[in-house]
Amino acid sequence: MRTNTDLAVKARVFAVGLSALAALAEDPPLPLGLASPAAQPTASAEPALPAGLGVAPAPAEPALPSGLGAPAPSAAAEPALPTGLDAAPKDGASAAAPPSERLLPDELSGFWEARAGVRLQNAVHEKEASIGETRLQVQFDKAGDRAAVKVVSDFLCDPVLDRHTVDLERGDGFLDLRQANLLLRPAEFMDLKLGRQINTWGTGDLLFINDLFPKDWNAFFIGRDDEYLKAPSDSAKAAFFSDWANLDLIYSPRFDSDRYIDGRRLSYWNGQSLVGRDDTVDADTPDDAFRDDEWAARLYRSIGAYEIAAYGYNGFWKSPAGVDPATGRSTFPRLQEFGGSARGPFARGILSLESGWYRSLDDPDGDAPFVRNSELRYLAGYEQELMPNLTGGFQYYVEQMQDYGAYRRALPAGTNPSDEYRQVVTFRLTRLLMGQNLKVGLFTYYSPTDRDTYLRPNVNYKIDDHWIAELGGNIFVGERDDTFFGQFEEDTNLYASLRYGF
Amino acid sequence: MKNTLFALLLAAAATAGAQSPAPGVDELVAKANHAAYYQGKSGRARVAMSIKDAQGRERTREFTILRLDLEPAGDTSDTFAGDQDFYVYFERPADVNKTAYLVHKHVGSDDDRWLFLPGLNLVKRIAASDKRTSFVGSDFFYEDVSGRGTDADTHELAETSATYYVLKNTPKDPKSVEFASYKMWVHKATFIPVKAEYYDAKGEKIREAQALEVQTIQGFPTVTKSEMKDLRTGSTTTITYSKVEYNVDLTEDVFTERYLRNPPRAQLR
Repeated sequence: MRTNTDLAVKARVFAVGLSALAALAEDPPLPLGLASPAAQPTASAEPALPAGLGVAPAPAEPALPSGLGAPAPSAAAEPALPTGLDAAPKDGASAAAPPSERLLPDELSGFWEARAGVRLQNAVHEKEASIGETRLQVQFDKAGDRAAVKVVSDFLCDPVLDRHTVDLERGDGFLDLRQANLLLRPAEFMDLKLGRQINTWGTGDLLFINDLFPKDWNAFFIGRDDEYLKAPSDSAKAAFFSDWANLDLIYSPRFDSDRYIDGRRLSYWNGQSLVGRDDTVDADTPDDAFRDDEWAARLYRSIGAYEIAAYGYNGFWKSPAGVDPATGRSTFPRLQEFGGSARGPFARGILSLESGWYRSLDDPDGDAPFVRNSELRYLAGYEQELMPNLTGGFQYYVEQMQDYGAYRRALPAGTNPSDEYRQVVTFRLTRLLMGQNLKVGLFTYYSPTDRDTYLRPNVNYKIDDHWIAELGGNIFVGERDDTFFGQFEEDTNLYASLRYGF
Repeated sequence: MKNTLFALLLAAAATAGAQSPAPGVDELVAKANHAAYYQGKSGRARVAMSIKDAQGRERTREFTILRLDLEPAGDTSDTFAGDQDFYVYFERPADVNKTAYLVHKHVGSDDDRWLFLPGLNLVKRIAASDKRTSFVGSDFFYEDVSGRGTDADTHELAETSATYYVLKNTPKDPKSVEFASYKMWVHKATFIPVKAEYYDAKGEKIREAQALEVQTIQGFPTVTKSEMKDLRTGSTTTITYSKVEYNVDLTEDVFTERYLRNPPRAQLR
């Protein structure tokens, strides 16, 4: 291989040789770069200098870009601050950003959408329509250097539900206030976020261990946009930053439960049979402010490209996890959780590891028949780009019941026992096509222990800068009615939506 | 006679130019890389992107980009070509509004990338390791925006003209890229790469990048408008940079999860 320096020397020698010829001969050949285009084979392929890089370039050469102006004389070996360049270029005039076509002030944004879906099976316990709503989301942001206000509110019309009274906790009615918070930066090392907010942490992909913030499983299973899987909490969050580690502390004075499956939209297994609108969950939700409160904490830092975190939570099981035998009502037993996670590059992708210990405080020995046992949960995930615009992901997840012997002994006669180890694997495939405007994805949950499957196919097409059309499904397959995904078999649905963003 | 004299004068001028120390290829490549990706120690720009497909349909992107060179303290050599941090804050189109994107660029190894999805308040780690995939659906690749490691190719000085050094670059690992070689025209005076043409194994031109406008900002010649053509799909992307500023007040902590979740307003302006 010839070295670069060799080449440069040869080029220079060649140039010098040519000029020597020019000096000797009576009618000298023109030097390289000055010959007519026809006589200069190499120049014909040269780019025109962009505006700014040059004056009147040789016809076959690239035109200098505007701004590079007159070539500075022999500036080659000097730092790029030539005085010869400052005459031609002009600042700021020609490259002004194109005027924005927005009519709304910058503080306001959002979207409008219509979304409809149907069940694919005979709906015994629910309406035929799984979803049929139109929604306007309006977002208001106003920020200074040390404070920011954010309000995100959805206005919707949803005829699938029969009750339309606004309930901001459950997200019922025509108004769903998603966020309304104030962010403050009282010190360089501290952020405060006060008010209604959405929080997410942990490393799982649509699987959550240490993220004990409220989820909206109804929204997820009927095919609303992914963002609606997360329900808001009314909390105060303090975030502390240091070179050693960072700490998030989130306090919710009143318990925010999941927006769990309660039969109003989706049928479910109630312990004896499949039910739906005819037998909705009657739950006794802890709702005494400052007594039924929740704490969540995360201590985290990066080590090189790896992120590690420790988590803690004190509150309640987020979805009903017990029954009061006296009243028959569902309960939210007390829950304490500790866990950890790590995430970083591995092979050609990203590896995630997470685990958590769920301590069911109302059933410390695992022998209370009407309270969910304590659990250990583990997750290992890997995601990689398989080829350009195709990403594949895989996760393996285990829920290990503690005190399994005590659980089996305390189990009421005639009840189907749960497995000691519930295992779930997930697969994600996402393909981007047509200049990334078309996204085709499939997310699959499969439990080898429950022998049930949940498929989430989705096709999303960006028609232009504003309009997005989407088609998708929520397909549940199970051998039995009492497994986690199997119970929703009747809820299998397809949906379509059209959204205009502004 | 007059013409002959003129030609002689020009020849003499060219001789003078040729005799001044021309940079070696490695130096030239380093300088072009520096001029394209490492001007100043940090930078900020507002970016407007227009993507036109073969049918003439246009899509746009608007975002602000922050850059910080991770230079060792006290390095005044102005030849730094190492790791950099990037922060990209999207505003348009509506579906990506307020999405933030963080890159820790590592020269010679895979970058670390994160994406913040505001609706879920989710910080997602991006698995993509291929730097030659489209950046936000445009005809520019990640590598075109953040820079291709100069060690990834072998470089030859193919020609030198009055205005340009023309480099031919051949990938060391041809299987890792979609092209067989590319030609780059580097402006002699400023070392700004003005044009790049990418060829496939059959010698067919498949991609073409060109600087359309250069402004001198704080003393740094800066490409403020450029264009990328994908000759196989017929799609063209034009990037316009505005509000360009160098040596802005940026520290490494801006390029962390804290600011992914809450954008650095003061730095984004």
